[in-house]
Amino acid sequence: MALLDIQNLTVKFATQDGEVSAVSDVSLHVNKGECLGIVGESGSGKSQTFMAAMGLLAGNGKASGSVRFGDTELLTANERTLNTIRGNKLAMVFQDPMTSLTPHMRVGRQLTEVLQRHRGLDNAAARAAAIAMLARVQVPEPERRFQMYPHELSGGLRQRVVLAMGLLCGPELVIADEPTTALDVTVQALVLELIRELKDTQGTSFVLITHDLGVVAGLADRVAVMYAGRIVESGTVDEIFAAPKHPYTKGLLACTPRLDDPPTVLLETIPGQPPNLQNLPTGCSFHPRCVSAFEPCPVKRPLLVPAGNTLNACFLNHMQAAS
Amino acid sequence: MWSYFARRLLIGVPTLFAVVLFCFFLMRLAPGGPFDGEAPVPPEVLANLRARYHLDDPLWQQFFSYLGNLLRGDFGPSFKYKDFTVTELIAQGLPVSIENGLSALFIAILIGLPLGITAALSQNTARDYAVSGLSMIGIVIPTFVTGQILILAFGVWLRCTPFQLPAGGWNDGAFANRILPVTVLALPFIAYIARISRASMIEALRANFVRTARAKGLPYRTVILRHALKTALMPVVTFLGPATAFILTGSMVVETIFQIPGIGRYFVQGALNRDYTLVMGVTIVGAAFVIIANIIVDMIYGVLDPKVRYE
Ligand SMILES: Nc1ncnc2c1ncn2[C@@H]1O[C@H](COP(=O)(O)OP(=O)(O)OP(=O)(O)O)[C@@H](O)[C@H]1O
Ligand SMILES: [Mg+2]
Repeated sequence: MALLDIQNLTVKFATQDGEVSAVSDVSLHVNKGECLGIVGESGSGKSQTFMAAMGLLAGNGKASGSVRFGDTELLTANERTLNTIRGNKLAMVFQDPMTSLTPHMRVGRQLTEVLQRHRGLDNAAARAAAIAMLARVQVPEPERRFQMYPHELSGGLRQRVVLAMGLLCGPELVIADEPTTALDVTVQALVLELIRELKDTQGTSFVLITHDLGVVAGLADRVAVMYAGRIVESGTVDEIFAAPKHPYTKGLLACTPRLDDPPTVLLETIPGQPPNLQNLPTGCSFHPRCVSAFEPCPVKRPLLVPAGNTLNACFLNHMQAAS
Repeated sequence: MWSYFARRLLIGVPTLFAVVLFCFFLMRLAPGGPFDGEAPVPPEVLANLRARYHLDDPLWQQFFSYLGNLLRGDFGPSFKYKDFTVTELIAQGLPVSIENGLSALFIAILIGLPLGITAALSQNTARDYAVSGLSMIGIVIPTFVTGQILILAFGVWLRCTPFQLPAGGWNDGAFANRILPVTVLALPFIAYIARISRASMIEALRANFVRTARAKGLPYRTVILRHALKTALMPVVTFLGPATAFILTGSMVVETIFQIPGIGRYFVQGALNRDYTLVMGVTIVGAAFVIIANIIVDMIYGVLDPKVRYE
């Protein structure tokens, strides 16, 4: 059974100039010990999907559908229930480490309070555990960093502190939103290694939200590609990376520079801009930018259906599957 | 850090000097003089008086002799309260004003802060609208109006009931005599503090770090008290600094309406009578309070926000 099971999740924000559909009819699941990668352009709804799952949407946001974590339906759970799960069995590591830490508290206190809340540790034990976790996420001189205020740490260090915070209670599922963007490559490699180790030895599940397809390729088991609030393609990393079927996924992969490219190769880009979420294109949201668009695309929305071993929302593939 | 505050105090000296300079010449520009009272004074007497107070000396000479006295802590003789020096008048009036001001401030914080913060926590509910609306009213109605209304209510309409309160006079600071003036003094501050703390709490609740705190599964109370509150208090402290200086140096309006012998009333009397030294004295004390209050605000910033560095 899936550890996290999201069904038909829709997130809408009420704004002054109308309703924003940030997430539309998203279904996905994460199994125990599995790492699901989420990729997509900025604004495609990656973060808000999981904000909704955690019950942390902004005040103007509303989620519908179903999010089950273990036996608990999270969307309808009350705060008390959520608070026994959040930070404990289900942790989220936020995207923006510069603003995600409380400026007037020492980072040590911000770490130990999680352990005291969920594990009931005393000060000394919590301190020892927090410092050990800082060391595990590659924070140098963890005892000294423990005493510091967030503004005294670099962006990369703060990112590691935020990650440590998520891992402290040994959660069953960690939702990591861009956990390595501010890290240099060597530290990034070590942090990713830690994630892999937790996955393999503790059976921790991960959702890895990232722009970095290389990270997904190296770490994730399955990947879901989001565009304009919807999943347009999903499947195992091996299959999607070897043979992307959706034109958007193909575009994304083509955008990624490869080390073995000769230096003369021009990087491809996807033409056009991501759509306005208040006023989405009719039919397939991607069709105005799609190089392969044909008659049905502006008219009907392609459903996410199996095509081969992967799921896919594109008429091109639906036709091929049918023929 | 202490050297920083010592420097801030030193910088206050030229500021204070500018206040003295400006105020001294501005007073002399105003038409009339200290001795054009109700009863006309015979010309010989007037000449005598002017000579005694050196009013016929060149203005710059008067200024420097005033400044010289000031450096020795002497505010000079009052022109109107002839048996008193200004120092004595301030020593009498200031404690009264400070007592009233502190009580009002204390009440305003005690009521205004919880009102504003709970309104922010229940944003867009009836409670929130009530707090926002009432604080708007509290801000726009001037104290001379609330003062008159309360005098009318408790001094006139409720006369001969247990709720009657003295509508003026000081009676050596009897508790009953303090109730109305302190209330009038506190009301606009309650309103301001509620309004500011509501806005800053709403802002703080939207911060990413508050979301992080919630993601940790911390109880709501802890999220608010430990993570959001300090940030929300910053704008309140910014407001309270100058406001405290203002309220402690006596409200001219409130002390006049309720006939309280604080320095606010001395200031009004002094200004009406062209009592140059008295007005100068009160102004200088007020300015010094503002300077000190701003330094204290800076110190409190340091407690609320570790990013603040004093150098
Ligand atoms: N409180 C809000 N009110 C209105 N719109 C919002 C709000 N929060 C998010 N959105 C919108 O929802 C959309 C999806 O946002 P989301 O943060 O999920 O994007 P993302 O895929 O995580 O992008 P990125 O890669 O930049 O992090 C964005 O267009 C964003 O503007
Ligand atoms: Mg995001």
